[in-house]
Amino acid sequence: MEKKEISFRINGEEVVLHVSPNRTLLEMIREDLKLTGTKEGCGIGDCGACTVLLDGVPVNSCLVLAVEADKKEILTIEGLKENDKLHPVQESFIENTALQCGFCTPGMIMSSYALLKRNKAPNEEEIREAIAGNLCRCTGYVKIIEAVKKASSSIGGK
Amino acid sequence: MEEIFIGDFEFLGKGIPRVDAKDKVTGQAKYAADIEIPGMLWCKILRSPLPHAKILNIDITRAKRVIGVKAIITGKDFQGFRWGWMPATRDEPPLADDKVRYYGEGVAAVAAVDEDTAEEALELIKVDYEELPGVFDPEEALKEGAPVIHEYRPNNISWEFHMDFGDVEKGFSEADLVREDRFATGRVIQGFLEPCSAIAYWEGGGVTIWAAKQSPYFLYRHIAQCFKLPLNKVRVIQPFVGGGFGGTKNDSVAGDFCVVMLSKITGRPVKFIYTMEEVMISARRRHNAIIYNKMGMKKDGTITAMQSKLIADGGAYTAIGPLTMYLTGCISTLPYKLPNFKHDAYRVFTNNPVSAAMRGHGVTHTRFAAEIQMEMMAEELGLDPIEVRLKNAIEAPHETVNKVTVLSCGLKEGLLKLKESNLWKEREKEKRKNHILIGVGVSGTAYLGGARQRGHQAAAAVLRLCEDGSIEYLTGATDAGQGSDTVLLQIIAEELGVPPEQIDIQRVDSAYTPVDPGTYGSRVTALAGEAAMKAARDLKRQLAEIAAKEWNVKPEDIVFKNGKVFVKDNEEKGLPFRKMAQIACYSGSGRVLVGRGHSEYGIEPLDFEKGIGNAGTSYSFTSQLTRVEVDAETGFVKCTDMMIAHDCGKPLNPAIVESQNQGAAVQGLGQAIYEEFKMDKGKTLNPNFADYKIPTALDVPNIEVIHILTEDPNVPYGAKEASEGAIVSSPPSVVSAIHDATGIWFKELPVTPEKIALALREKGRGS
Repeated sequence: MEKKEISFRINGEEVVLHVSPNRTLLEMIREDLKLTGTKEGCGIGDCGACTVLLDGVPVNSCLVLAVEADKKEILTIEGLKENDKLHPVQESFIENTALQCGFCTPGMIMSSYALLKRNKAPNEEEIREAIAGNLCRCTGYVKIIEAVKKASSSIGGK
Repeated sequence: MEEIFIGDFEFLGKGIPRVDAKDKVTGQAKYAADIEIPGMLWCKILRSPLPHAKILNIDITRAKRVIGVKAIITGKDFQGFRWGWMPATRDEPPLADDKVRYYGEGVAAVAAVDEDTAEEALELIKVDYEELPGVFDPEEALKEGAPVIHEYRPNNISWEFHMDFGDVEKGFSEADLVREDRFATGRVIQGFLEPCSAIAYWEGGGVTIWAAKQSPYFLYRHIAQCFKLPLNKVRVIQPFVGGGFGGTKNDSVAGDFCVVMLSKITGRPVKFIYTMEEVMISARRRHNAIIYNKMGMKKDGTITAMQSKLIADGGAYTAIGPLTMYLTGCISTLPYKLPNFKHDAYRVFTNNPVSAAMRGHGVTHTRFAAEIQMEMMAEELGLDPIEVRLKNAIEAPHETVNKVTVLSCGLKEGLLKLKESNLWKEREKEKRKNHILIGVGVSGTAYLGGARQRGHQAAAAVLRLCEDGSIEYLTGATDAGQGSDTVLLQIIAEELGVPPEQIDIQRVDSAYTPVDPGTYGSRVTALAGEAAMKAARDLKRQLAEIAAKEWNVKPEDIVFKNGKVFVKDNEEKGLPFRKMAQIACYSGSGRVLVGRGHSEYGIEPLDFEKGIGNAGTSYSFTSQLTRVEVDAETGFVKCTDMMIAHDCGKPLNPAIVESQNQGAAVQGLGQAIYEEFKMDKGKTLNPNFADYKIPTALDVPNIEVIHILTEDPNVPYGAKEASEGAIVSSPPSVVSAIHDATGIWFKELPVTPEKIALALREKGRGS
């Protein structure tokens, strides 16, 4: 299949790439750009492990074609920290033991980050809704919900 | 930071952040699928479209011609190799060679330059099958004339296990009430999110394999046996592991053997990653089981006898099934006094995917049956559900009829805590809101820690002191997510009086780390923890001797604390640990300071045939309350609250212990009300997380974990099981809650909305 040239920003960096029209955003991120922080769990949009932000909106990158990222902004887990300083959501996941095996963690954090971007002070239901598409088999979610609440407080929510 | 006082400790009893947390929240943690080696090929596996068939011929000529295909193998390439947990039951080939025994079993594998090419080649492999009649229900498989799945087991009984203690007939005759019920547990799977994956590189007459395993040393031995390699030519390296929960990641999978074989043939590194569908159709599952349970009870609630017969669907191969059968019986004598007990377990071959271990291994089935039946009988006798448990609960020290010895037990304390909670006290206040029926249920269960099994029980630790005071820690133990790396570092830090950050834990690399069977049976903190403690003490002893000489005191007067080494009662006379390390390392020319330790538990004999003796080094006790809201119209269950009183002895990291309890309870909730594979003649109809529903953030209740502290001399720092107890306690407490809400006892898991709605309708008609 003929490759198509696309250009986008990922984690603040400009990238120009030739990709096959059938390549998924997830494959491009993991295999072409070697950003393996984004995980593939199910590959069919059921688990949320591959969640990244596309123009600020959380998407399952396994369900998006790479060519759809043309002229857009992608944010992955590797792009969250600023100058070696972790984002408050990342800090909160560490402080609150909101992870175990860590495989769902990057996607879970991206969904939580997107939530706090659009709603600084979400209530518990809103947190649960925001991460409902991110499966976690280890923690039972309790400490994750707690971590998002506390991250919200630390960024000036309530 | 959450703290619980468990002794005069600097690091233990504190919920310090996990040592792997930073790598995991930044995406830096590398899992097997994240590893790439230049020149790497991709492996894909062709799987059987039939549940039971003879393989007549496999034609790979067309597939071989695909540009980019480097090698193709079939079952015959493994020359009859079989693997399995016990020598007598090694019945599973890496790829089927004579016949396929379940839908989705591997029959051929391709190595190609990329995944697409490998997949294209799979489509061109032509397999001629002669379909055989299949059998998909364990009770059908036991009948005369049922299709035979393995020649060596003409009756399809893969394994049987029998226990008989006391006199059950006498016990039943002494009872005021005897009940017999049939229970069933569901077809469920571990549900880890990281699919099975490994990358193998054969070079220099040996192989290195990076594999997603919670027990990397199982693979190490399997590969050595399969490829007739000495163990020093098999190097298994464990990356971060994306969840395990027993079964599949304890064991090897077809892909593991295939990538090694394909790398051997091509001389290039070969990698496989299963799709989630492949995991869900071909990986190990929990056995689904039918339990015929009979119990005798006196009017005051005293249990006089119990007899259980368990028939488990073993699927197509034996795997670790014999241990499962053992565990369905040997722990049934806990946590209630049981003077008379008989148990007969049958693991039956069918043409379903292979059943094996899963968190709460074996115990979940029989404890569910016993727990529910006990409460049904209490109800008939007009006894309170908590009182009947308190009446029968054991107290430490206790020895069961099958010589399981309990040295600490927090069950009664846990049940009393639950009894005093508002959740329990106010359960009668509101039983109904419009069409929502409300109920609170209880359970009281036990699980083992520091599992012992037949065969090798190793757990060892090596600590190497660097001249700057930093320490390298080698362990064969694997953290599949449970948090053991953190707890093990807390132990070493505590002994040496240095912060955990000063110690670096090396994940398993069989070339360097000591052999260890891995993560199962809640054994890591208990056994690897003991080894770590002893290694730290060994290192401390060597340092103390050097320090004592410097200061002209006795070695036993040297104290290690707060990053310092000093003379007892004279903190002035001391040095920073770092400085002491330097002196020690320089005290001889190139002196090497290495601390060694190994676990000495788990070596007393155990009668695996009769079910006598300790399957663990200690036992945990979990009691649980669950509150549910049942929609009387749709049967939908909303679980709103759980309260778990868990006796893990001493929580070395309370935050991690809580998280394990919460995760296990939610996994248990899944198997109680949501999760079930739908099967059609051996074919899994819902091999994905859209149709096989595991709990999401919207489904989980508020979960309060109450730490019940007990003293157990048989484990390091008093730490018992903390990973599996709540998956045993969760299903019965959920089912008890659904009964409290609806007045109906459900005896088959999962209790789906459909079953509830139908039963409520039936009940409505009857009343």
